Amino acid sequence: MEDEDVVSDFHAIGEKHTKADEHAEIVVIGAGAAGLAAAITAAKAGAQVMLVDENPLGAGLIGMDVPLLFGNRWTAAVQNQGRMLEQVLTANPGLEEAFELGIDVKLGTYAWGAFTGGPNLRSLPEPVVGLADETRSWIVGFRRLIIATGARDLVYAFKGFETPGVVGALGLTALIQTYASFNGQRIVILGTGDLAVATATMALDAGYDVAALVEVRDTPQADVSALIARGVEIVTGHAILEALGNAEGVTAALLAPVAGGETRSIACDTICLAVGAVPVIDLADVAGAKIARNEAGAFVPGKLPAGVFVTGDAAGLGTDAAAAGVAAATAALASLGHDVQASAVPSEATALPADTDAYRMDWMRALMTTGGQDVIACSCEEVSRRDLLDVQPPRYLAAPTDKHNSLKQLAEDGPVSQDQIKRLTRACMGPCQARRCREQVAMIMAIGTDRPLGSIALAGYRAPVRPLPLGVLAAASETPGMVEGWNVWFGIRTQWIPYDDIGTEREAERAGRMAHF
Amino acid sequence: MSEMKKNASVIVIGGGVTGLSAAWWLARDGVDVLLIEKGIVGWEASGRNGGGCTHYQSPLFNEEQRLWPQMDELLGYPTEHRQERVIMALTERQLAQYQDHGEICAAMGYRYETLDPKQTRELVPFAGDNVVGSVYYHFGGQANPQRTVQAYAWALQDLGGRILQHTAVSSIIVEAGKVKGVETSLGRFDCDHLVLAAGPQTGALLETIGVYLPVAPARAEMIVTEPLPLMKVGGVDGNGLYGRQTLRGNLAYGGGPHEWLADTTADGRPPEGGPMSRPATQLLQNLSRRLMELFPKAGHVRVIRSWAGIIENTPDGRPVIDRLSEPDNLTVTTMSGVGFGLSPATGHAIRDLVMDGVCSFTDIGKLSLGRFANLPRDWRVRQGWVPPIVQDYDSDGRAQTAQA
Repeated sequence: MEDEDVVSDFHAIGEKHTKADEHAEIVVIGAGAAGLAAAITAAKAGAQVMLVDENPLGAGLIGMDVPLLFGNRWTAAVQNQGRMLEQVLTANPGLEEAFELGIDVKLGTYAWGAFTGGPNLRSLPEPVVGLADETRSWIVGFRRLIIATGARDLVYAFKGFETPGVVGALGLTALIQTYASFNGQRIVILGTGDLAVATATMALDAGYDVAALVEVRDTPQADVSALIARGVEIVTGHAILEALGNAEGVTAALLAPVAGGETRSIACDTICLAVGAVPVIDLADVAGAKIARNEAGAFVPGKLPAGVFVTGDAAGLGTDAAAAGVAAATAALASLGHDVQASAVPSEATALPADTDAYRMDWMRALMTTGGQDVIACSCEEVSRRDLLDVQPPRYLAAPTDKHNSLKQLAEDGPVSQDQIKRLTRACMGPCQARRCREQVAMIMAIGTDRPLGSIALAGYRAPVRPLPLGVLAAASETPGMVEGWNVWFGIRTQWIPYDDIGTEREAERAGRMAHF
Repeated sequence: MSEMKKNASVIVIGGGVTGLSAAWWLARDGVDVLLIEKGIVGWEASGRNGGGCTHYQSPLFNEEQRLWPQMDELLGYPTEHRQERVIMALTERQLAQYQDHGEICAAMGYRYETLDPKQTRELVPFAGDNVVGSVYYHFGGQANPQRTVQAYAWALQDLGGRILQHTAVSSIIVEAGKVKGVETSLGRFDCDHLVLAAGPQTGALLETIGVYLPVAPARAEMIVTEPLPLMKVGGVDGNGLYGRQTLRGNLAYGGGPHEWLADTTADGRPPEGGPMSRPATQLLQNLSRRLMELFPKAGHVRVIRSWAGIIENTPDGRPVIDRLSEPDNLTVTTMSGVGFGLSPATGHAIRDLVMDGVCSFTDIGKLSLGRFANLPRDWRVRQGWVPPIVQDYDSDGRAQTAQA
């Protein structure tokens, strides 16, 4: 070594992280029933609370089906942010109470990451959550973080899936109830469970037509008698074969009997996927939560990092969201030393039928039986069901068939991981961040490997958990130490000296002057 | 399942890009080779990096440049290699430095030219008014790390080489001064020669036979955007970033501060148990800003992912590629964080060491392990390559930073 003295590595992260722009004692992400209840409970107990909600979403994300499947079925009104904000306040009257309690309510604000430190991340000065609006991003330091990010749509693709008018149940509900911006009228709903019935009832009550509910099983999965009484047809034993349409959008749903036989079409302008919903765990995953499957077959946060709480649908569907939010806030308050009375923790996930996995797989199998393997499963990266089953390389390569590949062979080599399929096929690697294909790809993998859905390892989530423009994320300035210490690679003085110069006079001359490229 | 064959002429530990290439080169010679990987091939830093193939500093540079244009054909699978590289300067000082590098390459017979701002913007449509010029290398380039590691693995299997995934090596077995095999989670495997290319675990595995290889692991981060129309040259960087536009169109870039981590154990598990975590951080904001400065016309492009990888470095940042004298049937490799691009040549060099005892195409004597013989064991502390002071969050949730 050239020097006996201990030096510091000024290229290392050290204390160079961008500092938090603001702080809150408790940050709540999501102002749905759970998040709102948590924020109000915490504020009433005297905590300093920030409540963050991404509604109203920017038109850009709505157009990308993030975070819900909006399916290009909105009116131009979604581009008017002022009107959208009014709609959100109208649709969510609890926000008014939050404002009155002095909660720092941030609407139209995305939470794109949460960072809490850990064994291989010791450099954080404090736990933080990354926020952004349409123009800039910033960092908020927190003492406790309550994640109440809700649920998103469970999406199945079929032929014509990208025709405007193919929406998810939660996307449709948001367009109708939160934004009053739905531009369809006549809806065919896929599914007959509780979610499908609730969605149909909501649409009828709002003045829209529900032409039919479609079910791959032979019987409806929930009580549909009230819908039948309102003139809704229930079509069992059928799968959606294709969304028929034109440039304007869907004109009909083409249905095929699962057992084979004549297809039939039902005229509609909207096809709504209401087979199921999925807890939104992206932020919890990025924050460092251990993700595990719950009894209802959903991936939910298990062991959480210190100071982080997850509540409502994000923790598992079917809870009493408001009660869960109160319980999460109570736990957070108690851990901060606030004087609170313990609140009963609501039981988990009671509302989902026990055969959720089987039901979802029945839909996947029926869609594959009727629609075949050439249907695109991942729209962003154009990966078909067949590409997944055969583990084909991405289309832009125009490469010959990779002869080593099949899902079955991969399964023989070890546990089947969705992350591996992502890398090989590019499925789930697109700008929608796999919101439209993640569960579907896992189901196709389960079918291809003949293994239980629960054995397919989930693909991890990555920050930013909303696809945000470079120009928005670029808002933060580098700290002075970061500017000074920034290096392309490690900044090791001897690393890039040409080999022939090593051990010559030129070595010292070039040390530290060469750069990686 | 049939009875597994528990021996091979050559065992390679580590299914990263270096181990895969070495195994492939050996299989091309008809050697009975078994590659053992604790997880999935190419799963770690080998499969998620900048993909650059332009390493003028290395004695393997000429072989790197010779091989890359042939690799798709040699492997039989696409690596997405694209030749050429543009390095954009945002200051005159950067331009001078890049030209200095260009001259070093020119002296070795590689062609480059300096482009003015207008020429640069014509070649790089996302460049802005802040570019003062660029150097345009008509060599080098970049490839897709994930597809390349997979190509090596399939090519290796095509030649009859075996790959054993999800199998962790716990120790090296030496008897009478020779490596006899390795102990793994599936029991003992015997071999005539062992190649060790286990990335961050390499040092800890060598410790099991009393050989000291100094390496320090660190965490570094990258970001990736949604796809954009393809630029003429995919390998465009500068402004303190390395990276590329992928053939799919995404911009994938990294750079900036790294975080030194605690020493890695032989099985790659952290001391506290559980899988090795690779958390990303809010550094993605800083990377986004650097990338937008590099490509001002891409400010609207959405960032869709970030990730971190764990990289090992030697004290001088240079590789170790060495067939030891004791035991003399053990070849050790670490590329000190610069392994992907050089991998075609590294595999060739390792093949030569294993088969012939000496690298046939260039001198690599200065990359021997022996150069660290007198290194003090506390070298990481002396170089400041130590993990940050542990941040304990008190009941406040705020970090209590211990004052040194």
